[in-house]
This record gives sequence, C-alpha cells and structure tokens, in this order.
Amino acid sequence: MKGFFIAHLQALLFSLGQQLRAPISSLLTIAVLSISIALSGLFYLLVKNMSHLTGQIETSNQITLFLEQQVSEQEGQQLQRWLEKHRNIQATRLITKAEGLKEFESYSGFGDALKALNSNPLPMVVQVFPRSNLTTQQQFQQLLDELKGLPEIFSAKIDMQWLQRLKAIIVLVERGVLVLASILAFAVIFITGNTIRLELQNRQEEVVIKKLVGATDGFIACPFLYSGFWYGLSAGILAWIMITGLMTLLQSPMEQLTRLYLDYREIDFLSVEESLILITISSLLGVVGSWGVLKTQLNRLKPE
Amino acid sequence: MIKFDRVSKGYPEVSDALVNVSFTINKGEMAFLTGHSGAGKSTLLKLIALIESVSQGQIFLDGQNLNQVSQREIPFIRRKLGLIFQDYKLLNDRTVAENIALPLLIAGYNHHDIKRRIRAVLDKVGLAGKEKNYPLSLSGGEQQRVGIARAVVNKPSLILADEPTGNLDPELSKEIMCLFKQFRQVGVTVFIATHDLSQVVESGCRQLILEQGRLVSD
Repeated sequence: MKGFFIAHLQALLFSLGQQLRAPISSLLTIAVLSISIALSGLFYLLVKNMSHLTGQIETSNQITLFLEQQVSEQEGQQLQRWLEKHRNIQATRLITKAEGLKEFESYSGFGDALKALNSNPLPMVVQVFPRSNLTTQQQFQQLLDELKGLPEIFSAKIDMQWLQRLKAIIVLVERGVLVLASILAFAVIFITGNTIRLELQNRQEEVVIKKLVGATDGFIACPFLYSGFWYGLSAGILAWIMITGLMTLLQSPMEQLTRLYLDYREIDFLSVEESLILITISSLLGVVGSWGVLKTQLNRLKPE
Repeated sequence: MIKFDRVSKGYPEVSDALVNVSFTINKGEMAFLTGHSGAGKSTLLKLIALIESVSQGQIFLDGQNLNQVSQREIPFIRRKLGLIFQDYKLLNDRTVAENIALPLLIAGYNHHDIKRRIRAVLDKVGLAGKEKNYPLSLSGGEQQRVGIARAVVNKPSLILADEPTGNLDPELSKEIMCLFKQFRQVGVTVFIATHDLSQVVESGCRQLILEQGRLVSD
C-alpha cells in the first residue's frame, strides 16, 4: 500500500516536472484556462453582489405618502399618529418640508437651484413601513388604495414595480451566468483535453514502451491525469488572483455607486469556501478533460 | 513454454507473413529463430508478445491459449515476458535506474525492493555504478545491456529477443550472447530471432529457420 502511494506521488511530481520543463507552453495553456475560469468567477460575483443589493432594497420596502401643500406640520403629525395605530403599518417617519429640503440639497446636488425659489416647493412626506405580514402585492395595493383615499394625501407610491423588474432582470442574469459558466467549463475541459492530447503525441514512444513492458492503461494514464490536474489547479489559483485583483480595482468605484442608492455596503469578494470551491472545480475540470482524451486516445497507441 | 499450432498470419498487404507454423519450445530451452529479413521472424515474436494477433491457428504460452486473452489481460501476460529489441527501446529522458525500474513500478514493487533489484541486475549485466547515467551517454552495447536488464529485472520465465545484437559489433555481440546463456542456466527460456548465423552455430543451440513465412527447418 505504501509503495502504491509512493508510486502515485512520484507520478504526480514527475508530471509537475514535465510542465516546469516546458514553462512557456505550460504558461500559455494555464493563462487561457485561468481566463475562462476567472470570467466565470467574476460573473458569479457580479450576480452575488447584485442579489445582495436587492435583498437590502427589499427589507426597506416602503410606501411614500406625499401630503397636500396646504397641510400644516401639526396636521401632518396628527396624521402620522393615526397611521401608526393602523393594523397594517409597522412604523412611520415624518419628513417636514424643511427636512425634505435639506435631504434634497445633500443628495441631489440641485440645492442651488432651489435657493433661487422664494418658497420651499417640497411637500411634507410620510414614509410608511408596512407590517412584515404583508407579503403579496395585492395586500400592498389594498393598503396603498386605502391611504390614497385620505384627504390629506396628494399622492402615494410603492417602490415595488421597479424592484420587481430588477429582480426579474437578476433572475435572467443569473441564468445567463449559469449558461455562460457551463460553456466556459466545457472550454476548460476541451483546452486541457487538447493539451493532454498533444502531450500524448509527444510522448507516444514512452507510452508504447510502457505498454510493451506490461503497463495497464491505468498506469500509463496516471501521469497524464496528474498533468491535467496540475493545469487545472494552477489555472484555478491564477484565476483567483485575477478575480481578487480585478475586484480590488473595482471595489472603490462600485462602493461609491452603491452608496448613492443605498446605505453603505461592502462589495463581496470570494469567500474562503468559494475560493476553495473555485480551485477544486478548476482542478476537477482539468482531470475530466485529460481523462476524456486518454479514454479515447490511449487505445489507439499500440506497439508495432 | 511456447507452442505454435498451425499458425498463419496475414496482413492486408502481405497475405502470408506466416504460413502454417507449428513448433514447441520447452521450459528452460534456448532456441534461435533465423531466416532472411522479411521471412517472418519479427512477426512470429510479435504474436507471442501479443503485439499482433494470429489469423489462423493457436499459440499457447505456458499452457494459456493466447487467442482467448482479452485486451485487459494483455498487460499481465506481457509481464511474464522479457522483451529485448534491436533498437533497445529505452526512455532517453530517464536514467538507467529509472528505465530498469519501469517493469517493477508497473508490477507494484516497493521502493526498497526496486532499489535492491536494480543494483543486482546492473551487477549481472556488468553496468554497476551506471544507475544515474542517461541512455544516450552510454555506448550501444551498454544501452542494449540496459535493455536486457529491464527485460530480466522482473524475473520473467521467457525472454524474447528480436535481433538483440543487430546494432553491435561481434565482440559486444559475444558478450550479450554470454548473458543469455547465463539466464538459461538459471532456468529461463530464451528465444532469440537473429540473422547472424555464426552466433547460432557457436552456441550449438536449437535453430528454427523461417523462409517466406514457412518453417523449413527445426
């Protein structure tokens, strides 16, 4: 048993040595493989970050009530108190005209334009956070209609529709990424397969000699499978470096972008587990690619 | 050890490489197979080594009918043979020791046994101390001795040699022949294809002569 492991270890190291002896061609193959894998990884991160963002939006799901211009601050507070007692409402927040102006100035960048006006054109706003037991769109719509009917209210709106659209887009993107990742996985399999096929051709003589001294196909295949494994492993590691590097470059502009729309949220990188999964999948694809070629090509090499 | 029973072999381009060949070689015997090039010597050896399959007739190796050997079993049959080639068939990117270790690795010997056996067999073929050399740094005679060492390191019961001295001068050929005789003395069956008749006469061993695929003298 010990001899078995030593023999495999030797084959493993020998195949690594073979790659190191031809560094340029190995590097080129690994570069191509790692780009395919890095693309899949980047798409995955894109989707992951996007769905995290929408998750955050979902929890801040709310109805915004714009009050009539003539409603006074006192009346607004009365309305707020009444709303807070409503069975379908969790909490409310009153934004007075002055507060609204302040917020507008700091977020929109049109503060100067407002200064040109004599009076504050912004209405009083009540933000309504419905109870969490309201889940269906119908229930939301009911609440919305009810609130719209109140005399103090000029208009009411839910930020749902665009959220649903966004969600639909994300589902689509997720699917697309899955399809793309599968295609790229096949690319990795084919590229390793072809590389191993070339290696097999270059070492045809060795294969034949091994067959002549009684080697089984499994014994002959072993170093080539390990070779595929090394390609996959190195490509996986290189892909991880690429992904992390790119994400580091994108981190600050992306975070700036999210800060404009939402509370500050950190951009997700690959977690430790995800990184390990990425590298494992990559190594496996390398083995699968070489296995496929060996299965079909090894039989054809026969001593003459 | 080897029994040919009315064996014929044809290729698409050569219809009668071997015609109706029958003979038996006993355990521990040393025999030569001679004839002009193209007479079918190599074909005959290839049939025993399962490199080619017969068209007609049967071959028995150590009692086993080679016609009934499946593709999966071939490697295990070959492990019982020690094959020696005119062009040595060594792996030039491996050292002498690694070349000789190959059959042992394949058979799953442990590291310690492999080392011990390599030392013993190199001693036997007169290449002690050349473990770490690469084949191309050795002379032709030395390379062939590496080939022989690889063939016998697994202690096969049958050695098949196809023109083992074809690339060597008479002096070296004699040394190689001496080695074969030593193997025979320890009970190994030796079957050598050669066109060098002087060797055959000198050895006084049995001689099978092939002529255009037919066995004309035994």
